[in-house]
Amino acid sequence: MASLAQAGDLDDVKRRGELRWGGDLQGGEPYVFEDEQRPGERQGFEVEIADALARELGVRARFMQNDWSNLVPALERGDFDVILNGLEETAERRARIRLSLPYYTYGETLAVRADSAVTKLADLAGRRVGTLNQTVASDILEASRVEVVLYEGQQEPYLDLARGRTEAVLLDHVIADRYGCPLKELRCLPDDVARGHYVLGMGKDAPALQGAVNQALLRLRQTGELERILRRWKLWDARQQPVEAAAAGAPSVSVARGAGALPSPSPSNAPARHFGAGHALLFVKGALVTLLISLLSFALASPLGIALATLRLYTGRPGRWLAAAYVEVFRGTPLLLQLYVLYFGLADVVRLGPITAAVLGLALNYGAYEAEVYRGALSSVPHGQTEAARALGLSRWQALRHVVFPQALRTALPAVTNDFVALLKDSSLISVITVVELTKRMTIVAVELRDWVTPGLMCAALYFMLSFPLARWARRIERSLEPARPAAAESTTGGAA
Amino acid sequence: MSDHVIRLEGVGKRFGARQVLRGIDAEVRPGAIVSLVGASGSGKTTLLRCLNGFETIDAGRIQIAGHTVGPDLSDASLTLLRADVGMVFQDYQLFPHLSVLDNLCLAPQVVRQVTRPEAERRARELLEQVGLGDRHGARPSELSGGQKQRVALARALAQDVEVLLLDEPTSALDARTRDEIIGILRGLVKGAAAPLTLLLVTHDLHLAETLSDEVWTLVEGRLTQVAT
Repeated sequence: MASLAQAGDLDDVKRRGELRWGGDLQGGEPYVFEDEQRPGERQGFEVEIADALARELGVRARFMQNDWSNLVPALERGDFDVILNGLEETAERRARIRLSLPYYTYGETLAVRADSAVTKLADLAGRRVGTLNQTVASDILEASRVEVVLYEGQQEPYLDLARGRTEAVLLDHVIADRYGCPLKELRCLPDDVARGHYVLGMGKDAPALQGAVNQALLRLRQTGELERILRRWKLWDARQQPVEAAAAGAPSVSVARGAGALPSPSPSNAPARHFGAGHALLFVKGALVTLLISLLSFALASPLGIALATLRLYTGRPGRWLAAAYVEVFRGTPLLLQLYVLYFGLADVVRLGPITAAVLGLALNYGAYEAEVYRGALSSVPHGQTEAARALGLSRWQALRHVVFPQALRTALPAVTNDFVALLKDSSLISVITVVELTKRMTIVAVELRDWVTPGLMCAALYFMLSFPLARWARRIERSLEPARPAAAESTTGGAA
Repeated sequence: MSDHVIRLEGVGKRFGARQVLRGIDAEVRPGAIVSLVGASGSGKTTLLRCLNGFETIDAGRIQIAGHTVGPDLSDASLTLLRADVGMVFQDYQLFPHLSVLDNLCLAPQVVRQVTRPEAERRARELLEQVGLGDRHGARPSELSGGQKQRVALARALAQDVEVLLLDEPTSALDARTRDEIIGILRGLVKGAAAPLTLLLVTHDLHLAETLSDEVWTLVEGRLTQVAT
């Protein structure tokens, strides 16, 4: 398979006749995105740059979809030849892979609410500021004294800002101009917080490809092709002047750094770090968030499930129908979708905080599963038990409460424990609504350390430490609830048989 | 005191197209032990279930322990009825999640709002009467069939009922245990402070003859013979 071939240097690209470039369609307009009119077709200024570069190299361009935050590891794995997707030039990346000359200069734009008094980043100390994960903007924010809120898509940070969940958003002007500044609730500050470059990334062992790409970029500048592409996408602005200087041959990093009194976009110059006590502490914190949210949501999901099961088994048609519909809807749609709808979709109706939305989302989803567990458990209690209770004068409700429920709970316990362990792990999905729990913490640290093994093992160990004692405890409860074996009874009747 | 505790007048019951009980007239005086016999499908269990409102009758009238059981019976009046008319099931249906003592205390505490100490006192008394005074802490699964039947009896009596309905009380027991149960039933009726009436469905003619004051025979939903 071509996609599994080693990341090639120039020879491989020429022999294959195609330049495989990696990007993420979720990055959206104007980078690379799916054509609404022609599904499956891609557009964006980076599509045109890729086509132009491939033409210069005498090959075809071929797009490879990849999750944005994993573009660098995927390049190193050899999934494609170049990264071309708003990849910012940083010292860390320069140390890890080969970077091309810049093809675009971006400015970090700070967006605030229209009525905000904030005029600069320093005004935001201690406040919540949104950005995208693993961007230069997030590095800048981490280095300042704000509380960083990480998102996965570029529209959500601005929507949350408009709704008051954050105080500001820091992102590239390309994103800000399209997704943030046009919102009437928001205002973008005129001065860039920092400037940097978009570059192509290439494998460490592809020096010839790097040279060829740089040559091709220079030719695209000289012929005016790059400017034409950028103008077509309304991306050409005053910021692009230093790039012209770079095109003239000056080393790009120093040009960018020397362009003004702007802070360096890359606060870290010492990328080689190891997993230490500080990371361990962050992991434990993440594990506590995971545990807390799991406990809270399961504490809600269980009564919800019991209520739904009761409604379905013991009430009239409307109640039964309602409970069945609830179960089918919440069990039949992805939890991820439910979290998005709850947090972003319903934000104009109810403005839930991230933790509240996470707890509620997990509870509503797992409530449907618990309903089925309890329905099965309640049905498994023999009808004779209800009759015996009713014959003693207990009402329908009293018979349920004192005779059927206690027996059903015991039957349900193994499945319920199982579901709690599943929820513990499913809770990693809540990172999409900005909650930093254990798995999110792991990915952040892993990317920072360029190591997935130690953080991954640490993360797995913590999940295990959370779930294993629980499974043991549940087993013990189960055993204590089990009726004792009727060993003594046999001798009483056995003799006469 | 009236001269009867149960009175059936033209009682009829059908399941769909099948007529299960047809025009049954009968009376039982307080303190009597009545056995109801008949082939399978003759309607004896259905008649028993009509007496405590598990099945509703389509025709006629039942008077039992001062209650009138008609075709339409509310939940509240069912609760009142069952406080005076107890039932023991063929398969006992003890509550497996509760101890023997709690099996006996549940209904008095929940239905009659009797305090725990009072319910427990009465429960221990009944367990002594059925010869299980030392088994109050056991779980039902730890008991033999005969012991289960005795707990079921005690549980049904814990509300001080006037009438006790028993469905096949000895069918699952061996001969010796059956005789024990017969002795206990007799003792319960004799030793009761207020008259206790037993109506039992059985296949066991020995039981019917040795224990009861009257034997009723049902044939295809009709009461054909009342022997004393």
